[in-house]
Amino acid sequence: MEHRTHPIDGIAAPFLPAPFSAWFATRGWQPRAHQLELLARTQAGRSALLIAPTGAGKTLAGFLPTLTDLAARPKRKPGAARRGVHTLYISPLKALAVDIQRNLNMPVAEMELPVTMETRTGDTPTHKRQRQKHAPPDILLTTPEQLALLIASPDADRFFSDLRFVVFDELHSLVISKRGHLLSLALARLRRMRPELQTIGLSATVAEPDELRRWLVPQDTARALSDIVTVSGGAKPHITILETEERVPWAGHSALYAIPKVYEAIRAHRTTLLFVNTRSQAELLFRELWRANDDNLPIALHHGSLDVGQRRKVEKAMETNSLRAIVATSTLDLGIDWGDVDLVVHVGAPKGASRLAQRIGRSNHRMDEPSRAILVPANRFEVMECRAALEANYLGAQDTPPLVEGALDVLAQHVLGSACAAPFDADVLYGEVASAAPYAALDRTTFDRIVDFVATGGYALKTYERYARIRKTKDGLWRIANPRIAQQYRLNVGTIVESPMLNIRMVRRGRGNASRGGPVLGKVEEYFLETLTHGDTFLFSGRVLRFEGIRENECLVSAGGGEDAKVPYYAGGKFPLSTYLASEVRAMLADPKRWKALPEQVAEWLSIQRDKSILPRREDLLVETFPRGERFYMVLYPFEGRLAHQTLGMLLTRRLERAGAHPLGFVANDYAIAVWGLNDMAAMLKDGRLSLAALMDEDMLGDDLEAWIADSWLLKRTFRNCALISGLVEKRHPGQEKTGRQVTVSADLIYDVLRAHEPDHILMQATWADAAQGLLDVRRLGEMLSRIRGRIVHKSLSRISPLAVPIMLEIGKEAVAGDANEALLGEASRLSGEELMQEALEA
Amino acid sequence: MNSLAPATGTSTALTVRIAGHEAVCDWRGVLFFPQMSLMVVSDLHLEKGAAYARRGRMLPPYDTAATLKRLATTLADYDPEIVISLGDSFHDDHGAAHMPGPFRTRLVELIGARDWHWIAGNHDPAPPPDLPGHCAQEIAIDGLIFRHEPAKGNARGEIAGHLHPGARIVRRGRSVRRACFASDGSRLIMPAFGSLTGSLNVLDRPFDGLFARERLAAYMLGRQGIYAIAGSMLR
Repeated sequence: MEHRTHPIDGIAAPFLPAPFSAWFATRGWQPRAHQLELLARTQAGRSALLIAPTGAGKTLAGFLPTLTDLAARPKRKPGAARRGVHTLYISPLKALAVDIQRNLNMPVAEMELPVTMETRTGDTPTHKRQRQKHAPPDILLTTPEQLALLIASPDADRFFSDLRFVVFDELHSLVISKRGHLLSLALARLRRMRPELQTIGLSATVAEPDELRRWLVPQDTARALSDIVTVSGGAKPHITILETEERVPWAGHSALYAIPKVYEAIRAHRTTLLFVNTRSQAELLFRELWRANDDNLPIALHHGSLDVGQRRKVEKAMETNSLRAIVATSTLDLGIDWGDVDLVVHVGAPKGASRLAQRIGRSNHRMDEPSRAILVPANRFEVMECRAALEANYLGAQDTPPLVEGALDVLAQHVLGSACAAPFDADVLYGEVASAAPYAALDRTTFDRIVDFVATGGYALKTYERYARIRKTKDGLWRIANPRIAQQYRLNVGTIVESPMLNIRMVRRGRGNASRGGPVLGKVEEYFLETLTHGDTFLFSGRVLRFEGIRENECLVSAGGGEDAKVPYYAGGKFPLSTYLASEVRAMLADPKRWKALPEQVAEWLSIQRDKSILPRREDLLVETFPRGERFYMVLYPFEGRLAHQTLGMLLTRRLERAGAHPLGFVANDYAIAVWGLNDMAAMLKDGRLSLAALMDEDMLGDDLEAWIADSWLLKRTFRNCALISGLVEKRHPGQEKTGRQVTVSADLIYDVLRAHEPDHILMQATWADAAQGLLDVRRLGEMLSRIRGRIVHKSLSRISPLAVPIMLEIGKEAVAGDANEALLGEASRLSGEELMQEALEA
Repeated sequence: MNSLAPATGTSTALTVRIAGHEAVCDWRGVLFFPQMSLMVVSDLHLEKGAAYARRGRMLPPYDTAATLKRLATTLADYDPEIVISLGDSFHDDHGAAHMPGPFRTRLVELIGARDWHWIAGNHDPAPPPDLPGHCAQEIAIDGLIFRHEPAKGNARGEIAGHLHPGARIVRRGRSVRRACFASDGSRLIMPAFGSLTGSLNVLDRPFDGLFARERLAAYMLGRQGIYAIAGSMLR
C-alpha cells in the first residue's frame, strides 16, 4: 500500500494522546500514515477529504479527530449546562449508521473514552428522539433527511451549539443526488451557526476529487478547496470473466445460461456475494440458484423492496457467517462490511467501472489481500462491456458522473425549512445558500423566485397573496404564516421520492376478506400491480405468488405455482452504460487484436460482422440499413447508454416522419437504436431525399426536443418528483390512500394546467433541468452528436447484420412506447365489440 | 355523430340510451339530450386551486379559467336551452362566495338566457349566491332524475355525479386510466368536469350495487375522442 504524502504546509505533527497510542500498541497495530495525516490536518483547524479504498481503515481515520478531541475535553462539572452534539456523522444508508456505531464501540470501550454515541434515523422511536433533543450524545450518527429535520427545528441553534466536526461517509455517493443538494444546504446552515466547524469527507476513489473538496468548504472565495489525503493502491483485485462452453445469448439480462457455473463457484467458496443491477434480476437469479441448489446451501436474497424484518434477518445471518451466498442489489453496495465474503459474482454488466470497483471491494476487507471476483455477462455486448470494465479496473480508471448544479425544488424545501426554524433575512439566506458548492452559481433572481414560490406558489397571476405560507414582516424577516406550515414541512421533508408502493400481504387462496392477516412480504410498485389481473402469478421474495387483488393500500397474494410467473419491474435501478465504458467498448470493437481477450464465440461474431458489414472505428457512428419482412430498418450504434438512446430514438423518428420515411417505431438499448418504417430509408439516403448528417444534426436538441418533451410522460414523472420535493403537493402517507383518488390532486393534472397557462413557471424550469440531466441524458446526447459530426458511416445491406441481431431481438419485448395510450384505448374499444355494447345499452 | 359501431376512426361523441332517452356522451365530459336540448355537466369544482392554497398548497390558480373555457366550448357546440350543473359546482362554499370578479362575469355570460339549474352537492350545499339560475336538491324530467349523489340500489333513469368515475384497461402489459361516463343503460354517472379533479375506478367499492355489472359500460374520455369499453374489459 502506498500513501501519497502531500507536503504538509505549515502543519504541525499530529498529536495522538497516550490512550490512543497505547491502544494501537496493545492490538499490535501502528496508526496508518493517512490516519495521522488526517488527524494533523484537522488539528490544524482544516477540513479535509480522505480518499481511500475499502479496508484502509477509513472509518477510524474519520473519527480519530473527534475521539482525540473528546478525550482531551474537561469533564462536565455537576450542574453545568448539558453539552450539545460534538460530531455529526452522516451516511447515505440507515444500515451504515448502525454498522459504524458497532465498529466504533470497540475502540471507545477499550480505551474507556468518555464518549456517548447514538443513531438517529427514520426508524428511531419518537421518545428516543425527544430524549436526544434534551440530552444529545457526543456523536450523533444520522442521515441527510434527519439532519434537515434537526436544522428546521426552532431549537437547532442550541442543539448544535457545541458542534465541532461533521463526518460525511461515502461522500462520493451522497453528492451525486438531490439528497446531496439538501445535505449541502444543511451544511451551509451548520456553518453559519458554527463558523469554526470542520468537515471530514470519506470517499472511494473518484475521477474529480476537487469537486468533493469544494463541497466540503464554503464557496465564499472562488473555488475554495478542502485539504486532501489520498491513499492509493491496495492489492489488485483478482477478476475473471465467467468461462463457459454454453452459448452466450444475443440479448436479454438474465444470464440463466451461467447458473451451473455460478453454482459451482458458490460451492467452491466460503461466502459469495452475488450482485445484480435490478431487483427483477435479483428475484430471477435467486429462483434459478435454488433450482440448482442440490446441496441445499443457505442462499439468501436481499433487495430494497423486501420487508425490513426480512432484510435484517439476512444481514444478521451474514454477520454470523451462516450464509453461503447472498443475491443482492445496490442496497448492499455501500461500505457495509459484514461477514467473511471471499467471492463477489457480478451478474450482468456493471455498467460503470467505478461501480464495479465499489462492489468488488465488498469481498475480503483486508486491504492487502486481493479481492476475488467473477463477472457474468448476460449477453454478447455485455461480454465486451465486462472485458472493458475489467481492464478499466486494473487501470484504475474512474467514471463517476460529473456533479450537477443544485436542484431548485430542493432549494424550495430548504427555504421553507429555514422559515420553520426561525424568521430569516433573504439577503443572509441567499449568502448562506450560495456558499454551498452545488448552489455557488445560483443567481439572486432565481433565488428570489424560489422564495416567492415558497410564499405563494410564484405564479404570474398573483391571487394567493392572502394565503401566503411565509410572509415578509415589518422587520424585513420572512416568517411562516402559522404553525401548521411547519407541521406540513416536517411530514414532507426529504428528496427520496419513491413511486407509489403497495404492501404485499399473504392470504389464503380465494377472495373475500375473511382470510386477511397473513404476513407482509414487502412492497411492490403500483405500476406493476396495475398490469396484473386476478389469478396472475409473479415472482417476489423468491417465491411464486398469485395475485388475488388490491384492498385499500395492500396487495393480497396467495401461494402460487407454475413456470411462467411474471417478474415485477421497478422504476429506476437500471443504470445506463457509463461514457467511459462505452468508449472502451467502441475501442475494443474497432481493434481485432483485442478480440483475443474475448471468448471465441464473441470474437467469431465480430469477425462475421466485419465480413458482412463494417466495424466502425472508435469515434465513428455506424448506421446500417436493411429490409426485413415488409419493413425497412435503420440501426445505429452510438454506444451511449439506454437513456440517451431513447431520447435520440424519439427525436430521430420525429425527423424521419417529417422527411417522409414513415417510421413506425423504434427500440433502444445500451448499445444501439433500431428504427423501422414503411419507406426504404436506404433508397432515400442514396437519392438524397434523406441525409444522415442532417438527421443527426445537433440542432435536434433545440425545437424538436422541446416539442417532443413537453408532451412526454417522462416529463410528467419528473414534474411529479419536483412537485413533491418542492412542497407543491403532499407526499402520500401510509393510511391516506383510503381517502380515494377523486379528492387528491394528481401532479399530472397540475402539470397540464401549468403547461397550458404558465409554461415558464419556476417549477417547470426545474423539471426541465432535471429531465435533461436525468431521464433524457441530453448532455451526453449532445456530446455524442458533436463527436460523430462528419464521422457517420452508412452501410446499406440486403439483410440483417450480425451486430444488429441483439437489438432486433428487443423489438416486441419493449412495452409500447410513449404516447400509445390512445391507440390502446381505441383497440380496447373495438374489442368491446358491437354485441357487448348492444347488450350494455339495452335498458 | 357516431354511435356504437366498432369504428376505426375515433369519435368525439357517442349516443347512448338511458331509461329510454337518447343522450350524447361528449369526449369533453358533458352529456347532451338532443330531444330536450338539455346539457348536463357535473362536478365543476370551480375554485379548487384557491381552496388548496388556503390550506398551504399553492396549486396553479388557473383551474377555474380552464374549466370555464372548456365549458364555454361545449355550450357553444350544443347551444342547449336547459343546463343542469349536477352539484359540486364549486369546490367549497368559500369559493362560491369569493370567486374573483372576472370569472364571475364570465360565468354569468355563459349562463346567459339559458334555463340553468344548480343541483346542490356535498362540497357546495348552499346555492351559489347571486348567480343566475335555479337551485334544487334534485330535478325529475320525463322519467329521468338528476341528482348529485347516486341513490342506493337500483334507480332507473338516474343521472348522477359525485363519484368522479374513472376506468382502467390493461392492454399489452400497459395500463391506461381515464375519467369516464359509467352506465348500465338504466343509470348514468357523469365524469367530473373540473380541471383539477381526479377520478375513482368504477370497480371500486363506492360503486358497489349501483350498476347491473353485466351491462356496465365505461365511456372513457381520451385525448382525441371518447371510447366505449365493455365492463368485462375494465380492470
